[in-house]
Amino acid sequence: MSAGIDLENVCCDFGTFRAVDNANVSIRPGEFFSFLGPSGCGKTTILRMVSGFIEPTEGTIRIGGKDVKGTRPNQRPTALIFQNLALFPLMPIWENIAFGLEVRGVDKATRRRKAEELLKLVDLPGAADKMVSQLSGGQKQRVAIARALAVEPQVMLLDEPLSALDLKLRQHMRAELRAIQKRTGVTFIYITHDQGEALAMSDRVGVMSQGRIQQIADPKDIYNNPVNGFVASFVGENNIFTGTVGAVSNGMAAFETPEGSFRARIAPEAQGKAVKLYVRPEHTLLSDRAGENSIPVTVTEVAFEGAFISVHARTEKGMILSAEIRNDGLATVPDLGTRLHASFDPARAALLPDANVRS
Amino acid sequence: MQDLLRRYGPGLTFMMGLLVAFWLLMLVIVPNITLFEQSFRPYLPVTEIGGPRDTYSLNNYLKVFDGKVEKSFLGHVFTIPVHVYTFSLTIFYSMLVTVICFLMAYPLAYYLAKIVNPKSLPTLLLLLFIPLWVSEVLRAFAWWIILAFKGPLNALLQGIGLIEDPIRWTNMGYAGVVIGLVYTYVLFMLFPVYNAIQSLDSNQIEAAEDLGAPWWKIHWRIVLPHAKPGIASGSVMVFMLSAGSLLVPSILGSTTSQWFTQTIDQWFKDALDWNTASAYAFLLLLVCTLFVTLAMWVFRVKLSDIAK
Amino acid sequence: MHRLRQNLAHLYMVLFLFFLLAPLVVMSGAAFNDSKLPSIVPWKGWTTVWFTEMVNDQRMMWAFVNTLWVALAVAVIAVIIGTASAILINSISGRVRTVLYGLMISTILIPGVVIGISTMIMWTKLGGALFGPDGKPWPFIPGLHLSVLGQVSYIAAMVMLLVLARLQSFDAGLEEAALDLGASHAQVMRRILLPHLYPAIGAGAAVAFFQSIENFNVTQFTRGGADTLTVYVFSKVRSGITPTINALAFLLICVTLVLALVYEINRRRKARIEAEREAEARRAEAAML
Repeated sequence: MSAGIDLENVCCDFGTFRAVDNANVSIRPGEFFSFLGPSGCGKTTILRMVSGFIEPTEGTIRIGGKDVKGTRPNQRPTALIFQNLALFPLMPIWENIAFGLEVRGVDKATRRRKAEELLKLVDLPGAADKMVSQLSGGQKQRVAIARALAVEPQVMLLDEPLSALDLKLRQHMRAELRAIQKRTGVTFIYITHDQGEALAMSDRVGVMSQGRIQQIADPKDIYNNPVNGFVASFVGENNIFTGTVGAVSNGMAAFETPEGSFRARIAPEAQGKAVKLYVRPEHTLLSDRAGENSIPVTVTEVAFEGAFISVHARTEKGMILSAEIRNDGLATVPDLGTRLHASFDPARAALLPDANVRS
Repeated sequence: MQDLLRRYGPGLTFMMGLLVAFWLLMLVIVPNITLFEQSFRPYLPVTEIGGPRDTYSLNNYLKVFDGKVEKSFLGHVFTIPVHVYTFSLTIFYSMLVTVICFLMAYPLAYYLAKIVNPKSLPTLLLLLFIPLWVSEVLRAFAWWIILAFKGPLNALLQGIGLIEDPIRWTNMGYAGVVIGLVYTYVLFMLFPVYNAIQSLDSNQIEAAEDLGAPWWKIHWRIVLPHAKPGIASGSVMVFMLSAGSLLVPSILGSTTSQWFTQTIDQWFKDALDWNTASAYAFLLLLVCTLFVTLAMWVFRVKLSDIAK
Repeated sequence: MHRLRQNLAHLYMVLFLFFLLAPLVVMSGAAFNDSKLPSIVPWKGWTTVWFTEMVNDQRMMWAFVNTLWVALAVAVIAVIIGTASAILINSISGRVRTVLYGLMISTILIPGVVIGISTMIMWTKLGGALFGPDGKPWPFIPGLHLSVLGQVSYIAAMVMLLVLARLQSFDAGLEEAALDLGASHAQVMRRILLPHLYPAIGAGAAVAFFQSIENFNVTQFTRGGADTLTVYVFSKVRSGITPTINALAFLLICVTLVLALVYEINRRRKARIEAEREAEARRAEAAML
């Protein structure tokens, strides 16, 4: 069984500091939902409010439609996986996993059987009688998941559980986590500052900054249609132009910059606000001919990255643009000092306001 | 407080608070306040307690100045109240014990922390710990045997021809007391100093050596400053334990070595005057506290450093 | 030059150990000397008569039993109070913490004479105030129970320091994890926090027990008429002494040695097991990649 979670106008203050500001989100049952943001953005505070270690200063949290105000952590249908996993070092693995059952008064034989089942589920059969210190980082991860699943939570809360692992293992565990979530059907709320992790695993992502939720969307939309400059910058690289908006028609606007004038998309919400122009490096094309939305540049730096070639080029006004050329085996690497034209498709460039912060 | 409630819930928090309150109030604060209060009352027969003569006064404290004796120091002859004299000597010899303990413990602490093979360290520490587990009275008793007129020390010294006639060790003023106190409390200096030196990065010593510093300079400029909290903590412990010791001076003292705690003991046990004993005990506490505070201020260390 | 210094250091270590241990050897040796005075010179031949006399010394045996009871009571009470204080201190902060902590540590520095007299006076005065000067009931009369309370007043601080040091290495996240899994506060305490603290609590109990056994100052002023071993030995040293005390000392030192040895063997065994576990974790890590 899994439950949905609703946050309505949730705020949380620590003294005069507002850690979470007016958060509204509705997480569906069985969804894999990530909160993505830099450290200090309030994502962990949201998690701790849902798990019950902190009470919100204002607003309502509903789990499975029920207001959980005043419900203690040990009475909520949530299970938290801690950043450092918080496995009990003095108990063998099976006691760790069955701890939630032990405190509910389940008898020993049942506990043992349940622990073995869960170990099979997380692909760690035979580890029941080992101690925590005998396991590798990845194995500990699985035990932590099994321990959380043992209490049959309706919601799993994961606080950057992969951050302690090294790169290769982290990528392996992403797929693993996703698979376990699909298998169990439990709602996962995942906290991370790693955009790759959030995009790769989640059904939907909520990007946060300075206590505010900036955008809630599926990973593709977060990347392709960021609602503001913060989201665009946090989930990828950009070439950013400052300037002023000219005529707007049909969702497209003219944009005057010191580098020249461009055309780009503008969302209705962004109209009338101060905006900047954001273009992804992979959408920045280099060619020897001028065209729409193009400016002359000189190549200043070329790095061969394998799957793509990263090029830095300087405009006449001195701004550095970055471009990525996909390496399809035929692509030519431009020489340093080559004079080219950088351009972009108006549909793939967006005029975005800055981050959504409290005024 | 909120943290406490959140972590352990109201029931456990209340119980822990109760235990701490019992300890600090019933075992520490109230007894000391009672001691303080009683020290201003006269010693009276039971029937007169609470009667008209039971009034507050400084008389108990003024007894310190009774009974002048004539002493000479560096050729000067002067009279001094006997209890003031005892008190001063107690403080002086406690300081001496502290200094000797430091001089003995520092080289060993450095040796244990930086020189000795780490493999044999646990065994060495274990050996060093053994005397700590042996009761203080037995350790004092051991020296009582050793220092006896016909004891092994005199036998040994005569045997190797260092002395002709046996020495009356326990009749040489405070010699026996100082030896006994050093033996009993030197480990209280060793372990804090060892802990402090151990936390010093050996690279610092090597860097200084590499820069051409002579060994004494390395100790003076690098090791000693780093070990200061440990030294302070060890010194405070040794000083307080020495000044407060009753066993060692009673067992190893000579006819001319009176320790201030012995004076208190006599008021309490022999004269049965608890009020004066309280006044004297309070004086001991006060002066020792002042002394330690002063020492900590001079060496710029905090009480919380000492507890390490 | 460097070699010379090192050899001097080794020599100093040996001399220091000699200084520490020789008196204990002398004292133990005197237990076997067939001489009325406790000494090893002159040696008058081997005997075990002092051990038999020790067992027959009724007063000493009583004192021994008293000592054990007092030490046991002190260990239990000091461990409870010390552990509670450490947990409390560990989760408060600010000025209250500074004051409480300072107060707790200062008890270690209060001279035993002061503790003894103040404990004695408070309890007897309290009894006097409650019940009048005559016929004060227990516990308002002098006796070993007051010795226990007086000793606890500073030994609890030692336990507190040991437990507090262990608490520094405790991950408070484990408590939250357990709460999150549905444990009550009492279950968290019993299953998570206390098991982590057991080594320190055990060490604290041992320290408390031995500190109590060797306590003289507090006991001397509070004991009333009862004897503990320390007090008895003290009175023996001052009056007539026979090597029965050496026999006792020898036995105590043996017990200490055995305990130290057991402790050391146990420590090494644990370290070995932990090293094996870590090696296994590293192998598992390597196998996965």
